[in-house]
Amino acid sequence: MKLHEYQAKKILRAHQIPVPEGNPCFSVEEAVAAAKALEGNRWVVKAQIHAGGRGNGGGVRVASSIEEVRSHASAILGMNLITHQTGPTGKVVERLLIERGVEIADELYIGLVVDRGSQRVVLMASSEGGVDIESVAIQDPGKIRTLQIDPKEGMSADAARAVVAEIGLPESVHDDVVKLLSNLYDVFLTCDATLVEVNPLVVTRDGNIVAVDAKINLDDSAMYRHPELAELRDLSEEDPNEIAATQAGLNYISLEGNIGCLVNGAGLAMATMDIIKLHGGEPANFLDVGGGATTEQVSAAFRIMLKHSSVRVILVNIFGGIMRCDVIAAGIVEAAKQVDIRLPLVIRLEGTNVEKGRQILADSKISFLPATTMDDAAQKAVAAARK
Amino acid sequence: MSILIDRTSRVVTQGITGKTGQFHTRMCFEYAAGRDCFVAGVTPGKGGQSVENIPIFDSVIEARDKKGCNVSVIYVPPRFAAAAIDEAVDAELDLVICITEGIPVRDMVSTRRRMVGKKTILVGPNCPGVITPDVLKIGIMPGYIHRQGSIGVVSRSGTLTYEVVDQLTKLGLGQSTCVGIGGDPINGLKHRDVMAHFNEDPATEAVVMCGEIGGTDEEDCAKWIEQHMSKPVVAFIAGVTAPAGKRMGHAGAIIAGGKGAASEKIAALKAAGVHVTQNPAEIGALTKQVLG
Repeated sequence: MKLHEYQAKKILRAHQIPVPEGNPCFSVEEAVAAAKALEGNRWVVKAQIHAGGRGNGGGVRVASSIEEVRSHASAILGMNLITHQTGPTGKVVERLLIERGVEIADELYIGLVVDRGSQRVVLMASSEGGVDIESVAIQDPGKIRTLQIDPKEGMSADAARAVVAEIGLPESVHDDVVKLLSNLYDVFLTCDATLVEVNPLVVTRDGNIVAVDAKINLDDSAMYRHPELAELRDLSEEDPNEIAATQAGLNYISLEGNIGCLVNGAGLAMATMDIIKLHGGEPANFLDVGGGATTEQVSAAFRIMLKHSSVRVILVNIFGGIMRCDVIAAGIVEAAKQVDIRLPLVIRLEGTNVEKGRQILADSKISFLPATTMDDAAQKAVAAARK
Repeated sequence: MSILIDRTSRVVTQGITGKTGQFHTRMCFEYAAGRDCFVAGVTPGKGGQSVENIPIFDSVIEARDKKGCNVSVIYVPPRFAAAAIDEAVDAELDLVICITEGIPVRDMVSTRRRMVGKKTILVGPNCPGVITPDVLKIGIMPGYIHRQGSIGVVSRSGTLTYEVVDQLTKLGLGQSTCVGIGGDPINGLKHRDVMAHFNEDPATEAVVMCGEIGGTDEEDCAKWIEQHMSKPVVAFIAGVTAPAGKRMGHAGAIIAGGKGAASEKIAALKAAGVHVTQNPAEIGALTKQVLG
């Protein structure tokens, strides 16, 4: 689960990490009132969407008068913001963050992530703040310092201090940054985060440090421990089909193509997408119905795929293991009756009791194209999508 | 011969009284030498009872001491599963196979740290388990699709592995051992580790490896293969069509931070001399061709 910047900053503030003064707003009037309450003569109007690169897309603007706050807020609220992380369709901005402007002397990058290789939380720090860290990693990897954190010992202050010195920070802020890193690690642990990122961490002209942007991703598997964080979920940021799928116990991701795929198991679902592409087609989605593939799940899956307007054909690929093919076939028939499909349906069943399963499908009134191997299924689906 | 498990393994099921644990323990018990190997279950507070005539103990240590268990399989719900792994590690078992999906990452980071310097090997979590065909099945895979033979199989996924095994069996290629290492980012054995086991196993002639997007395990394995592997390896990497930044079902299957794309894994494996196919329907046929 992803948090908005303003939600992440509230958590950082609660852990004694300095962030700019500011407030979230949902209308232009709220934005103007928030700016007035902040006083000063420089404000930042920031679009709150779950994607990076907002500044380049025009979603972050500096104002030096209340009138400018009003005009920026009007321009950004409701705009369709397109960044390198939103995809080509972009995201409509529904929330703003109004903050007091910060006088920037230096910008750094700080991140905490779970590193699969070392199986630990790793601190990443770089003198190259305020830019996309992934491009730094490619163009100038030497500018990123990392520190593996021993989960038993916690973050060592000495090791953190060495990292801080290596990224070229003035000595006057070393103590503050070391303390900030330790607090950030606390945030990571107490929230069950998978990513905590401050980019940029700013050294101000008067020598203070401030987290000017913040990003927190949470571990979905640990949300049962954090009901207060689960409430921060913004469903408007998520694909409605993906939300419906989650509620039905399915794993679903919308894609750009026109062949709907219904598969049991994540690996097989990806492999099915791949073989469609290999035969010249484009998958419309990733969909894992799980090992069970019950009637309810299959009919929910059909409904979700049919909502995707570009879908021209549906490919069902099920490998029945413990869950037998005859049970799955009966479920598919029932689901197909419940949902008026009206699109070509290619079904490939394999595994336990496959003959019985194929017989049930053949005896049913549903109209479908039977397939034997994955190759056969993909070729038939691609051909049907071209008609 | 085989790797990790054989007919001398003595298995304890942690979480044997839950629906899943009970069902799959029965299926494993009925497979090949399962009735000799599945000798104990553990559910705290239910010691003294039994499931399918398998005695239940309150702790793994007790199961080990009374029944000689050296392997554990875990079906415990996600919020208690890391502690169940810890218990098996503390009991100094040789092998722990964790089937449970959805264990919090923070729990697994601590559990893996606790395992440093300990003898226990972990397979999983979020995996189908390990099977040595016609000898012993520990996990949730359908036993009947497997045949004893000389192909080692290692994979991060469940049903895709069944698909591959089914292809192999239908072509007359049996398997030495099939290992599902799981779809989570923080896990026990990696492709590289299992590859090393297969390299040492006289019964294994060739290895089929199914990787997927996310992380760099396949690239690490490719490096290892280049330097050490003496047997042919066939590979398929799932997720060529997966978009960046989207988690494809498995917690670990995500292209993030510019890493984990299928194309890089395929390139690394090819460079290491691995026979890579981009067609999941041809994994079996390619293996047969490679073996000549």
